Amino acid sequence: MQAHVTTRTRASTIAAFAAIALILIGFALPAFASRVMIQDMFFILTMLMLAQLWNLIAGYGGMVSVGQQAFVGIGAYAMFGGVLIWGWDPVAAIILGGFAALALSVPMAFFAFRLHGAYFAIGTWVVAEVTRLLVAQWRALGGGTGTSLPRHVTANIWGVDWVADLFDVRQAAARDILAYWLALALCILTIGAIYWLLRSRTGLALAAVRDNDEAARSVGVDARRVKWMVFLAAGFMTGLVGALIYMQTARISPDAAFSVTTWTAYVIFIVVIGGIGRLEGPILGVLVFWGLQSAFADYGSWYLFALGVIAIVVMIFAPRGLWGLVADRTGLALFPVQRRLILPER
Amino acid sequence: MIWVETVIQGLLLGGLYALFAAGLSLVFGIMRLVNLAHGDLIVASAFLILMVVEFSGLNPFMSALIAAPVLFGFGYVLQRVVLNRVLGNDILPPLLVTFGLSVALQNGMLELFSADSRRLPAGGLENQSLNIGLATVGTLPLMTLASAVIAIFLLNRLLYATALGRAFRATSDDPVTASLMGIDPKRIFALATGLAMVVVTLAALYLGMRSNFDPSIGPARLIYAFQAVIVGGLGSLWGTLAGGPIIGVAQTLGAQINPEWQILSGHLAFLIVLILRPRGLFPRARD
Repeated sequence: MQAHVTTRTRASTIAAFAAIALILIGFALPAFASRVMIQDMFFILTMLMLAQLWNLIAGYGGMVSVGQQAFVGIGAYAMFGGVLIWGWDPVAAIILGGFAALALSVPMAFFAFRLHGAYFAIGTWVVAEVTRLLVAQWRALGGGTGTSLPRHVTANIWGVDWVADLFDVRQAAARDILAYWLALALCILTIGAIYWLLRSRTGLALAAVRDNDEAARSVGVDARRVKWMVFLAAGFMTGLVGALIYMQTARISPDAAFSVTTWTAYVIFIVVIGGIGRLEGPILGVLVFWGLQSAFADYGSWYLFALGVIAIVVMIFAPRGLWGLVADRTGLALFPVQRRLILPER
Repeated sequence: MIWVETVIQGLLLGGLYALFAAGLSLVFGIMRLVNLAHGDLIVASAFLILMVVEFSGLNPFMSALIAAPVLFGFGYVLQRVVLNRVLGNDILPPLLVTFGLSVALQNGMLELFSADSRRLPAGGLENQSLNIGLATVGTLPLMTLASAVIAIFLLNRLLYATALGRAFRATSDDPVTASLMGIDPKRIFALATGLAMVVVTLAALYLGMRSNFDPSIGPARLIYAFQAVIVGGLGSLWGTLAGGPIIGVAQTLGAQINPEWQILSGHLAFLIVLILRPRGLFPRARD
């Protein structure tokens, strides 16, 4: 047996089988879960995707964006535009949302990449604010007050009738199930794509650029190209997620769709609490976030106050998050990206 | 003529933005720390001044004088206990900690003071105006701009003409070497944040007297402050004094064309400066 380089560990092999089982259970879930549980799962999956995408650009790419709400908002608004102005089916219009976010990420990257560190964060935030203010001028989609998807549209989304017949549920519940399935599929695609990317040459280049920009360039990594690629890809995916979220909500307003708190602050807390710079982190983080929210949401603002304090405490005492604590103690990695040299046994 | 008046109003508005930005600029210049909770700290300070006004019955100026040492102490402790622990080469930890602080402050204030809009009672000062020939300007906005100029002048004197300022600059250039010379960088950083909170108190005083405030308006103030700092050039206090009015004039000009465009045109002016001069108009520090 020759010496070779691998990223696989025994834990990761077990994790892969567990993931396949979880995915199968996930797709079968609507057959035996309540509507509330489906909605909770939809929330978890969409927040998980946003967290993974932010983790990709910030945790792996070192680009700390505070403007992700721009992609969520523009994706959602483009989806509404596709439906209300051009008469598209909402599911098809989700794709439109992705491309609108991609189109926005080009000028955003153009501006923000001129700034470094914290100023990058503010630059992305300002671009998001500009987008929000411009979208609020869009009268056809309700201007500053927003609009809803009309009933005849939400009732006729592709596949809703089929789902309604399959599970013998009402149309509104069927729409939730459809949205949940789409979220599950998109989530598998997102995590799979990020994992694939991180194990590829580009992923290695990305981590190298994050750790030391100059050293990476000196060994021939095209830092600019890698950053552009990842930023644009994350923008596109975030737009898809935003469109999907608002297909399920069916009601939109600029303040909600471009909310820095919901789409960026919470997402950042999820990543930080779970563990930044690793794929397992957001998964653990979103579960903690959801648990805290279900347990303490009745306390309103005190809950959010506590969330902010928890983020500070985690950052000071466990800067690599809860999963970082686990991994430091056990060396466990469910999605290993570290390359290890395996020597032949003698 | 209306345009001249609009520009003058913008310059005066810019005085307020320069005050918002001065504390941010100071902290960034000394420790390269960007405080995302800056806007919420301004709002929290305004609430503190309001509480002093309500308890003591003093006017806002005297109340701010009482609040300032309290906020200096708060800034000092905040830096010593929390922010010093996350300073380093990695910009992510301080950013996330201040982001957490921002969310905690906003929601804490919401619970303590409710979402109602409040205002500091300026005792009729907010309605007075002066005729300066070209236009009639409010006394309070004029005082704001004058305070901004004086505050930035004093901060500059402090930085360039005192032993403490020398320690600030030395620590900013090289904390390790500075500590060899008997300076304790952590204490210096704490003093700088305390000082920034005194400037924040001044900004809060004028914010609270000029307009209504509520717990949710912090992030927008933060953005204006940042735009003033970046437009003026990183680490330059005089640049910040220029940056505030540039954003202010852009906003009033935009509002003159269409009232809905006020904030938008401020943002656009910021982005245009960013394209033409990525490091601001009067850059000093290298980031």
